[in-house]
Amino acid sequence: MIRAKMAQFAKLAAALVLSFAGSLPAHAESGWGLLNMTQGVTEISRKIYDLHMEIFWICVIIAVIVFGAMIWSIVTYRKSKGAVADVTLVHNTKVELIWTTIPVVILVFMAVPAARTLVEIEDTTKTDLSIKVTGFQWGWQYDYLDSGVAYFSRLDRKSDAARELMSGIDPTTVDHYLLSVDKPLVVPVGMKVRLLITGADVIHSWWVPAFGVKKDAIPGFVNEAWFKVDTDKPGLYRGQCAELCGRDHGFMPIVVDVRSKADFEAWLKDKAAEQKQAAAPPAAAPDVATAAAAG
Amino acid sequence: MAEQHAHAAEHDDHDHKPHGWRRWVYATNHKDIGTMYLIFACTMFFIGGAMAMVIRLELFKPGMQFVDPQFFNSMTTMHALMMIFGAVMPAWTGLANWMIPLQVGAPDMALPRLNNFSFWILPFAFTLLLSSLFVPGGAPAGGWTMYPPLVLQNGASFPMLIFSIHLMGASSILGAINVVVTIMNLRAPGMTLLRMPLFVWTWLITAYLLIAVMPVLAGAVTMLLTDHFFGTTFFTAAGGGDPVMFQHIFWFFGHPEVYILILPAFGIVSEIIPTFSRKPLFGYEAMVYATASIAFLSFIVWAHHMFTVGMPLAAQLFFMLSTMLIAIPTGVKVFNWTTTMFRGSLTFEPPMLFAIAFLFLFSIGGFSGLMLAIVPADYQYQDTYFVVAHFHYVLVPGAIFGIMAGVYYWLPKWVGNMYDQTLAKWHFWLSTIFVNVLFFPQHFLGLAGMPRRIPDYAVQFTDWNMVSSIGGFGFGLAQLLFPYLIWKCVKSGERVVGNKAWEGAHGLEWELPSPAPYHSWGTPPSETMIARGAAH
Amino acid sequence: MTDFKRANLSMTWKLLAIALGAFGFGFALVPLYNVLCSVTGYGDQTKLLQRVKAIEHPDPSRTVTIEFLADVASSGGWDFRPVVRTIEVHPGQIYSAEFIAHNLTGHASTAQAVPNIAPSMVAAYFHKTECFCFSPQHFALNEERKMPVRFIVDPALPKHVDRITLAYTFYDESSRVSSAR
Repeated sequence: MIRAKMAQFAKLAAALVLSFAGSLPAHAESGWGLLNMTQGVTEISRKIYDLHMEIFWICVIIAVIVFGAMIWSIVTYRKSKGAVADVTLVHNTKVELIWTTIPVVILVFMAVPAARTLVEIEDTTKTDLSIKVTGFQWGWQYDYLDSGVAYFSRLDRKSDAARELMSGIDPTTVDHYLLSVDKPLVVPVGMKVRLLITGADVIHSWWVPAFGVKKDAIPGFVNEAWFKVDTDKPGLYRGQCAELCGRDHGFMPIVVDVRSKADFEAWLKDKAAEQKQAAAPPAAAPDVATAAAAG
Repeated sequence: MAEQHAHAAEHDDHDHKPHGWRRWVYATNHKDIGTMYLIFACTMFFIGGAMAMVIRLELFKPGMQFVDPQFFNSMTTMHALMMIFGAVMPAWTGLANWMIPLQVGAPDMALPRLNNFSFWILPFAFTLLLSSLFVPGGAPAGGWTMYPPLVLQNGASFPMLIFSIHLMGASSILGAINVVVTIMNLRAPGMTLLRMPLFVWTWLITAYLLIAVMPVLAGAVTMLLTDHFFGTTFFTAAGGGDPVMFQHIFWFFGHPEVYILILPAFGIVSEIIPTFSRKPLFGYEAMVYATASIAFLSFIVWAHHMFTVGMPLAAQLFFMLSTMLIAIPTGVKVFNWTTTMFRGSLTFEPPMLFAIAFLFLFSIGGFSGLMLAIVPADYQYQDTYFVVAHFHYVLVPGAIFGIMAGVYYWLPKWVGNMYDQTLAKWHFWLSTIFVNVLFFPQHFLGLAGMPRRIPDYAVQFTDWNMVSSIGGFGFGLAQLLFPYLIWKCVKSGERVVGNKAWEGAHGLEWELPSPAPYHSWGTPPSETMIARGAAH
Repeated sequence: MTDFKRANLSMTWKLLAIALGAFGFGFALVPLYNVLCSVTGYGDQTKLLQRVKAIEHPDPSRTVTIEFLADVASSGGWDFRPVVRTIEVHPGQIYSAEFIAHNLTGHASTAQAVPNIAPSMVAAYFHKTECFCFSPQHFALNEERKMPVRFIVDPALPKHVDRITLAYTFYDESSRVSSAR
């Protein structure tokens, strides 16, 4: 019994250490192992991860030094051990100057790579595909600007049923509880996808951690963001709305289905044909309010 | 010694105070008003804490078990408003009321009737805010940051929210004016600015911050009010307004506000560490200048709360760099506190324990703050549990521990009795352990991708949420010791012998008898007392 | 009256004067803004046209994509879209584009289009000489009509910008405040 507990504890401790060293796979399935930021599947998300780790380690080093000094002082200068206070130690210009200057140098070391990455993130030129993303209460609307394909994306039915108050449905039995949608956003690998993000009613925020993209969807304003998924990383990537947007803020996930270029082209063609056939009024200005009410 | 006794005797005679309810409703005595502020803050702390328990209970496991999502949002919103405006700010004002006159050698606060008014606004403000829980549509649920357009969707509670914020703002401004006037005009002769205790210094700077930014908040919420009821469009694109402008105005208030919550804690820690190290504070002047620079910087960093709204590149770089600069004066403070303990003679009574925990845990909050300043990384942290962990680390083991350290430090001076130190140590250890169990896992949750302000979550976040909830319940229960301890101390604590409750204590408050007489410093303290107090 | 009381009274008057002054200042802002606009030329159509004349030197060597977006605020009831989704333009030349709006609200209504440029830093280089967004547009029941916008891109546009998005959000008079849910 105790042994098993010990083993569990050791495993936990090891997981802690390992994940902070950044060596655990980014998509560990067990909850205990989820300790760190994902490295993601884009160049930018990896750069963000590297920045995060760099600053984390700088903080750890500073913490070891400062906390070490505190603990050492606490242990060494106890009155119970006969320590006598040195009341003359009240001021030391040299030391104070040093510990004001050193942090400045460290900050410069942090700021330079951060600024460089930021400049890259903000470069929204030379994109291959534009998608308008509209956040509404509570879901997302995707609008492929070049082909006219447009549709809504909402929490899938199973999660929606299970999340009702005292639904009696065990969330663990639902596949990707609260992180799956009826119709995911479909994008190709290796292309620079530009998102034009806006809100229909209140402010939302479109966030997919694996892409390193989080941008607010503000009614009346258009924000730009972009991502370019590695060619060898097709798959499903999940995120959530990251700005409080009312009652069902917690229930408007984002799922992005990243496919190969050929698959994507085929999907887009089918979708366009399907929408033409439906012969519904053009999707340029769907009535979001009724859609939201229906959902 | 003789002069103190003479002093005490002189005061005992004219100790008349009104009795019964009049003493409190008509209160003009700084000690009575300070006591009321502290009791009020404690009450709000437990109400806000109960709301936090509801939040942690619902988040114990995935699935909605107890509350409706709208009510959950009301809980997060109200918890923040209660804790910030109801618990921490009044607690600081209470401590300021009690201690500033004692510490600067003044007979009372400079504006006693204003003092009464600024306190008695608060119960009305919070009754109004809390009663919104019972109106149709429920309590405000748009977050304490009140971002439009979401906040405009609140029903009947919306005007109640706005009006209660106005009242809280008025109360804070009046309290702050009182502090400034007292410190500027009522210092005893010989108590020069650079001889003032650091608690007084930090409060002076805090008071200026309050006077500068509370009107900004009042203006922002008034614009919300007119947008909702009078057809203006300050924050609506339809009429040429901009919802993001609200965020700019709000955080121009909001960032100085977080320093309003923490600066007095810096002051208290700067009093307690020297006392229990039996050694003067290291770098007193550097501490004063560091506090002032933090206050100044707090006005030019606001947009780091909103990096994801889509600001121009130059603005993002500016706010990133200015935010990082705050690390420098904050670092100076931490180094100075550490050096104060270095080559001291340390003992670990409850106030010192809380101050040391403050040092460690506030630093952790500082580190995550530095990480949050890095814009590209902030895109991943923004609005996740990482942010929740960060600000709770600076506010709970920061501001709240600072308040508790202050109460444990000065309680013997207030009531003349020593509290049960063993029980207080239990309170300390339980609080410190559980606060980490509660908030440390939230760093993991945020990094792993759990957004904040959600009532339910994906199953992979279950494990750490359970740990966090257990920590939450433990922390909440441990706090019940605090009022019990105070009550027991008042009722049946052991009498404090002499003026000093702590061997290494310095400062004018320790030149007065314990309990401090109802009217203290009717005649100003002597130069020797001031010199003895300002031992730096 | 004692000196003390007199001092208090004069302080009261001073405070009242400040309060009244602050209140009056709110109303004084209207003429003050007019002065500000006439001095800076902000929002002045003739000044804008002068500036447009000054930058009207087409630069055929450079092409920028202009993308049009149309949104209807959450109240719905309108069909609103650009006639063409994108056009290629040369900086320094005036172009025009059209948007179509169809009133499906079931009653005559007035709507206001609110423009927005992305990326936002480009807004300073994008000038609309004529736009349906300059004033509220009245629509009869079921009326559908095309509305023009004329614009010019400043040749001083930073070199790396290759695409500008001009987005309009269409607000009808009922949608000023989104309703409570």
